[in-house]
Amino acid sequence: MERFLQVVVDGIADGSVYAALALALVLIFRSTGVVNFAQGEMAMFATFVAWALADSGVPLVLALLGALAFAFAAGMLVERVLIRPVEGGNPLNLVIVTLGLFIVVNAAAGWIWGFTLKDFPQIFPGGVAEVGGVSLSVESLGIIGVLLAVVLVLWALFTHTGIGLAMRAAAQSPASARLVGVPVGRMLMLGWGLAALLGALAGVLVAPRLFLDTNLMAGVLVYSFAGAALGGFDSPLGAVIGSWIIGITEGLAGTYVDAIGSDLKVLVPLTIIVGVLLLRPSGLFGSPEVTRA
Amino acid sequence: MSLLEIEGLTASYGPVRALHGVDLTVGAGQVVALLGPNGAGKTTTLRAVCGMVRTTGTIRFAGRDLAGTAPEKVARLGIGHVPEGRGTFGSLTVAENLRLGAYGRKDAAAVRSDTDEWYSTFPRLAERRDQQAGSLSGGEQQMLAIARALLGRPSLLLLDEPSLGLAPLVVREVFAVLGRVRAERGTGMVLVEQNAALALELADTAYVLEAGRTVLSGPAAEIRTEESVRRAYLGY
Amino acid sequence: MSLVTVVAGSRAHRALRWGTIAAGTAVALAVPFNSSPSLNGDLTLVLCYAVAAAGLGMLVGYAGQVSLGHGAFFAVGAYTAAALLAKTDLHWLLALPAAAAVTFALGLAFGIPALRLRGIYLALVTLALAVAAGPVLKRAEPVTGGVSGLSVPQPPVPGWLAVDADQWLYLLSLAVTGVMLLIAVNLTRGSLGRSLLAIRDGERAARTAGIDVARVKTLLFATAGAYAGVGGALFAFALGFVAPESFTLLLSFTLLSAVVVGGLGTVAGAVLGALFVVFVPQYAGEVDQALTGIIYGGALIAVVYLLPGGAAGLLRRLRRRLIDVVEPTPQRGDNDAVPTSDTAPVGGQPAAGGVRP
Repeated sequence: MERFLQVVVDGIADGSVYAALALALVLIFRSTGVVNFAQGEMAMFATFVAWALADSGVPLVLALLGALAFAFAAGMLVERVLIRPVEGGNPLNLVIVTLGLFIVVNAAAGWIWGFTLKDFPQIFPGGVAEVGGVSLSVESLGIIGVLLAVVLVLWALFTHTGIGLAMRAAAQSPASARLVGVPVGRMLMLGWGLAALLGALAGVLVAPRLFLDTNLMAGVLVYSFAGAALGGFDSPLGAVIGSWIIGITEGLAGTYVDAIGSDLKVLVPLTIIVGVLLLRPSGLFGSPEVTRA
Repeated sequence: MSLLEIEGLTASYGPVRALHGVDLTVGAGQVVALLGPNGAGKTTTLRAVCGMVRTTGTIRFAGRDLAGTAPEKVARLGIGHVPEGRGTFGSLTVAENLRLGAYGRKDAAAVRSDTDEWYSTFPRLAERRDQQAGSLSGGEQQMLAIARALLGRPSLLLLDEPSLGLAPLVVREVFAVLGRVRAERGTGMVLVEQNAALALELADTAYVLEAGRTVLSGPAAEIRTEESVRRAYLGY
Repeated sequence: MSLVTVVAGSRAHRALRWGTIAAGTAVALAVPFNSSPSLNGDLTLVLCYAVAAAGLGMLVGYAGQVSLGHGAFFAVGAYTAAALLAKTDLHWLLALPAAAAVTFALGLAFGIPALRLRGIYLALVTLALAVAAGPVLKRAEPVTGGVSGLSVPQPPVPGWLAVDADQWLYLLSLAVTGVMLLIAVNLTRGSLGRSLLAIRDGERAARTAGIDVARVKTLLFATAGAYAGVGGALFAFALGFVAPESFTLLLSFTLLSAVVVGGLGTVAGAVLGALFVVFVPQYAGEVDQALTGIIYGGALIAVVYLLPGGAAGLLRRLRRRLIDVVEPTPQRGDNDAVPTSDTAPVGGQPAAGGVRP
């Protein structure tokens, strides 16, 4: 039983990392109507920024904050420079621009920091904590805590501030938002900045669990896609729950089903999303009219 | 000085020209009815004022040239627009829709008292303040759209077919409120209506558009009583 | 490089379509005898991708469905051919229809349920397919050789043909590609093509006109899969070796990029797009190894901004402009403008296009 709970909690921690990136994907999908395939690579790049800052002697907390700030600014810049000119046109063009960005950012990171594995400093203390007689990893609990805090902050931002309300209005109906004076372009930039920040958070949370290299986020991105798709691509809450389901089943299947092991683990969430989507074509929490590519 | 002056306005959607020369003037606190058959360019004229279509000619609002001004800036200059189809945010609540109406305003206390005032004007909105706007009836959505536009305290309100699809009783309620707004706040209005008789009751002046041109203008009372004009241009 | 040759052909033969095709074929046939074995290898790779891109282009261009899983079909085709050649005595020529049949069946099996999904969700399910391909290939060791892959006996040079192995593989791929592209042209012009055009213009209207939209789309999905399968089989022939690391997610992205860069749903576009995805990273690598991805990705983004309609669209505009030059009474201004566009086609494009939304 203890082992089971440990696996579940670690699964939720993994799922929380996926959820941070999935929230980024959902945020952009709701406002721009496109999936940002480069989201994971942008997050990887920001994680390298954090590593480089820490490596050059900046205290870890400042390095992390610096990387998040960098990601926010870079996300806004990407929207303004690369996305704005093709917005509202053929969605396929947007898909290709984000694929191109995927390749560029990945290569740029390799060019700047090389392709060797880097050790990312631990953010949380190692070891275990006793919770109700079960020893749970402090790192896993920390990651879950951070994600819950993020969800709370996002919820407050979108429901209790004017700017959050304006962002929702701009995402729902850009034309009507303009008529009440909302600068829609600036809201989109903000949304991309915020998404990049969330992605960077996923990056720095997962980096200590793995080694840092240019492929850091490729796997996470797939799981985050799965989580977002499972929850319904336009529902932030759905993205979090979907990502947790993915994280838990991945952990359980990898631990208890011998035939699966670590190499086929990836098939478990993929099978789940294919199954769920075939039964409920707009995900568990999505609205049915979401059809844009 | 007139509130809104439009001269020689043309507008195009891509290669298709929708307006060929519209002239229109709204004095401060005046209500102007914009009439004409479907496709005459009434909606396009409103959209042109808000910078939503490409135009030539002049549009001057309170002495200021609006050419090339983005819709969000036009809104902040004091032009409220209740668009075709009402433009409410269906997945946001009534209260959130109203908050968005006051988006540019910094006077939080006054916004609150304005909001309360609108809730007492339209009690049905107050009852449904936490419901999604998409779940409201057509009439309630129209009230919401008008209240939202007026929460920005515009000096000019553009209304696109406010009576469309509403029950006669609701139409009367909406127009009564519009009349009161004009009387109490001196808000100028441009009213696009299919229901010409209704619009002419409220309006001071009327303009008739045909095929993208102003073909007739004059005091609303005269147009209303001039039977030949009604027959020729308004079909009633 | 090929841009120049094709344009020269069309200038020599003016608007004569068949002249262009004949010249193109002649060039394609002559190339392997005037280049190096390694260049021939790359060109063979171009042909493999061109076949797959032609199928995917039909799917994206006509049904508007973005598949991110085409790499999986490519992989299945490659492994089908490889396993048949490595483990049975089947003639290599039969491996091609076998690969097509297996991927077509896979496309049907996958397409029937998947096409209930729209837009983003279909893209995600196909993405799942692409992601799953790698681990499954590694696990299915008895058939696929697992991580270490499979060696494929390459089709031997026939005795009656006095060419080297690299030239033979190129010519063989060229013949297969030619046949597949011809079939694609006929498909899009026949009754299926008319149904596809009707669906592209509006599904509801197509349904009213009596077209079984779901059936046509499923068939198209399976056909696109079969094209990728044939491309994959050629790929196995060309390399003589298949291993899971050749079929990553990046392959699916590459195929989609080829479609968009080349121009949606055109046969010429499939070839041009394949040239792009093979040679741009390679030349970029020669400029600076570390900058390969930056140049490749940057070029991909630039194409979206500067070449709406892809390379095939550019070619069409360029040809139109060249035909304008030989008009009996050219305007003075035209004469001035044309040489610049002739010597620097890409540089002249943004000004001429100005098509940014």
